[in-house]
Amino acid sequence: MLTAFSVILRLDSTMSLLKYCKVISSIGTFSPSLGVLSTRNSSWWGGVQMGPPDPILGVSEAFKRDTSPKKMNLGVGAYRDDHGKPFVLDCVRKAEALISSKQLDKEYLAIGGLGDFTKSCAQLALGADSEVLKSGRNITVQTISGTGSLCIGANFLSRFHSASRDVYLPKPSWGNHTPIFRDAGMQLKAYRYYDPSTCGFDFSGALDDISKMPEKSVIMLHACAHNPTGVDPKPEQWKEIADLVKKRDLLVFFDMAYQGFASGDIDRDAWAVRHFIEQGHNIVLSQSFAKNMGLYGERVGGFTVVCNDAEEAKRVESQLKILIRPIYSNPPMNGARIAAAILNTPDLYKIWLEEVHGMANRIIKMREQLAVNLKNEGSTHNWQHVIDQIGMFCFTGLKPEQVERLTKEFSVYMTKDGRISMAGVTSGNVGYLAHGIHTVTK
Amino acid sequence: MSLFGEVPQATPVAVFKLSNDFKEDANPKKVNLGVGAYRTDEGQPWVLPVVKKVEKIIVADNSLNHEYLAILGLPEFRSSASKIALGEDSPAIQENRVGAVQCLGGTGALKMGAEFLRRWYNGNDNTKTPVYVSAPTWENHNAVFANAGFEDIRPYKYWDAEKRGLDLDGFLGDLESAPKHSIFVLHACAHNPTGTDPTHVEWMQVAEVMKRRKLFVFFDSAYQGFASGCLDKDAWAVRYFVTQGFEMFCAQSFSKNFGLYNERVGNLTIVARDSDNLKRVLSQMEKIVRVTWSNPPSQGARLVAITLNTPELFAEWKDNVKSMADRVLLMRASLQAKLQALETPGTWDHITQQIGMFSFTGLNPKQVEYMIKERSIYLMASGRINMCGLTTKNIDYVAESIHETVVNVQ
Repeated sequence: MLTAFSVILRLDSTMSLLKYCKVISSIGTFSPSLGVLSTRNSSWWGGVQMGPPDPILGVSEAFKRDTSPKKMNLGVGAYRDDHGKPFVLDCVRKAEALISSKQLDKEYLAIGGLGDFTKSCAQLALGADSEVLKSGRNITVQTISGTGSLCIGANFLSRFHSASRDVYLPKPSWGNHTPIFRDAGMQLKAYRYYDPSTCGFDFSGALDDISKMPEKSVIMLHACAHNPTGVDPKPEQWKEIADLVKKRDLLVFFDMAYQGFASGDIDRDAWAVRHFIEQGHNIVLSQSFAKNMGLYGERVGGFTVVCNDAEEAKRVESQLKILIRPIYSNPPMNGARIAAAILNTPDLYKIWLEEVHGMANRIIKMREQLAVNLKNEGSTHNWQHVIDQIGMFCFTGLKPEQVERLTKEFSVYMTKDGRISMAGVTSGNVGYLAHGIHTVTK
Repeated sequence: MSLFGEVPQATPVAVFKLSNDFKEDANPKKVNLGVGAYRTDEGQPWVLPVVKKVEKIIVADNSLNHEYLAILGLPEFRSSASKIALGEDSPAIQENRVGAVQCLGGTGALKMGAEFLRRWYNGNDNTKTPVYVSAPTWENHNAVFANAGFEDIRPYKYWDAEKRGLDLDGFLGDLESAPKHSIFVLHACAHNPTGTDPTHVEWMQVAEVMKRRKLFVFFDSAYQGFASGCLDKDAWAVRYFVTQGFEMFCAQSFSKNFGLYNERVGNLTIVARDSDNLKRVLSQMEKIVRVTWSNPPSQGARLVAITLNTPELFAEWKDNVKSMADRVLLMRASLQAKLQALETPGTWDHITQQIGMFSFTGLNPKQVEYMIKERSIYLMASGRINMCGLTTKNIDYVAESIHETVVNVQ
């Protein structure tokens, strides 16, 4: 028989707390600072654990809190000029002035984004004379920069690539690849890529792993300036990879976040993507304009599916729209307008090519200076990889304990895997960096 | 053989297809009463004067760059946006238990909230937790929650087609019978598509049941300021629920009230029990953001933040918003008056009783088809019209068309 007492015992703590709260609120005030109340239990979110800081973006936040005047942020891949300042490209400023003068409206873009942008975005990657573009067998949608593109791509594959759940990432890969694909319901696997003994490309290991991938698996390839290692296959190696991937009948997912940034030449950096397409691979491709146009916070990117024909591209397009609509409805205009203006206005395009070239060159110079400075510090290690690696990042080879010392003792911020963003290195601080690296590695 | 050989052609999103069909119509008298964007009396998009002003400020400011925002967005935007929803002097804000995530428009805010709830709301897997959306509701609500993994999305009674008003008994009944912990998506004001909002007393009844039955409050606030012309009035329901002690989400859109449609400016305001719970929630929100868009776009957020945080600009914005709301109210009054003058069969009071951008005319699908095909007046199959598509120049034609349609088509 239920007594009033046992009924009270049956009430869970939440219920009783809500009743308590109801009494309080009817008095007119509710103060959660009533310490006796277990606020975790009274909250929907009591079971929510504290999420760990993002391994990459968390570095910047730790850097911001550091008060040392010599601190260096070599974490996130954002370009800095030789004074360590963010760099707004001149072509971007000019494009903005152009756009501002047009007094355009702010009506919603189509779900797939700004047509002027998506067309030129595809052209930039595939080349103006690409047969794919001529036959209209690609669909390119505007995305929220590279992450947004990968998110759409991963979810598209998850929904429509029923033949396989497996995505093979190079070992290592950009830290955010894994959670993006996992969240989309794909299974993450890896193929050998970086050889720590040479700080270079493990070509034979990669081929070996690729040869064992089940047919129709998805293979993620970094088009250029591999993140985090800066190690890219050479053209002859790309050719062999392309052949093997075709033999294994794998679906190729290219991530191209640094076109122009690697070698300074946009066509050279897109060579692998174009080669695969010429070889008959119907690839999917993510592009970002965060780095090569310095449009980081504007979130400009593209996702392309190369299809069999224009009809298939239309079907795929319709499904991409269905995917995009419940995430953010349609993409932001500002950055896409800027990028489109640059890509489609010959004068601006010319300036852009020069500026991209300039950024890549500064990085190449910093690599050389870092290597020289390390030698001058008296380091006996082989730092050739600093020069051989390409793009924004350098995989120093530093171990986590050494990274920790570098951060604690020198206020040099980088990711635990030993990756540094060369973009954060300047002629003013390269000496200090070399000294720090030498100190923790000697 | 293509990997995508089996990909079926998806049906286009209705509201965008409508706009496309309108574009291709050659009839000079055509009227677009479809998509929910404000139009001036000349039928043109309107970039708010205050927005133009702030854009100039941004362009001229050489200290600004295009660097990444933080994962959760621009802090000045998030806090000022939340203040707009909850009120400057909200006790919840003072108690440090309000946080926010800058998102890609209202859609993005709903998406983030939905993703979070699916992972963390009531245990770690809420795929089976019922999500209730009003009948009818914005067509994308269903998809947002379904794509976030919710498998059980149900309607709650809302629109009474016969009396052309709120089905309060049905609404309360569904609240009473919903499984505990169900999630309810509530329209903060200017219900889309019906334009029918609960009164204050009705909201209080809704809140009482939701509190008692431990239902989760998820407000969708896309029209604050746009409904009555007054920001505070339009936020009454949201603020009332806060005073009732709810932990809740409010997805805010600045697309309409700032006219910043294509900049994708949204904010997910989170009211938690206390700052500790809030902190943990925000940390998990970051993880969801990171795999979706990493960090949000800066332009629109900067614009809104500068406006909200600069007194003269804030005042100017409120004026701009009021002028949009006033024009809509004028069109409502006009349309109703004309239909009455024409003695169009039926009652048309709902046109002026409803609020916000949309009106649920009550026209049935056959009548809608007639309007489109015979009169080149484009509206949603549900009978929803966007009042902003009406102008002093086309309102006679629209009124006559409605009249003709109602008389000739049943």
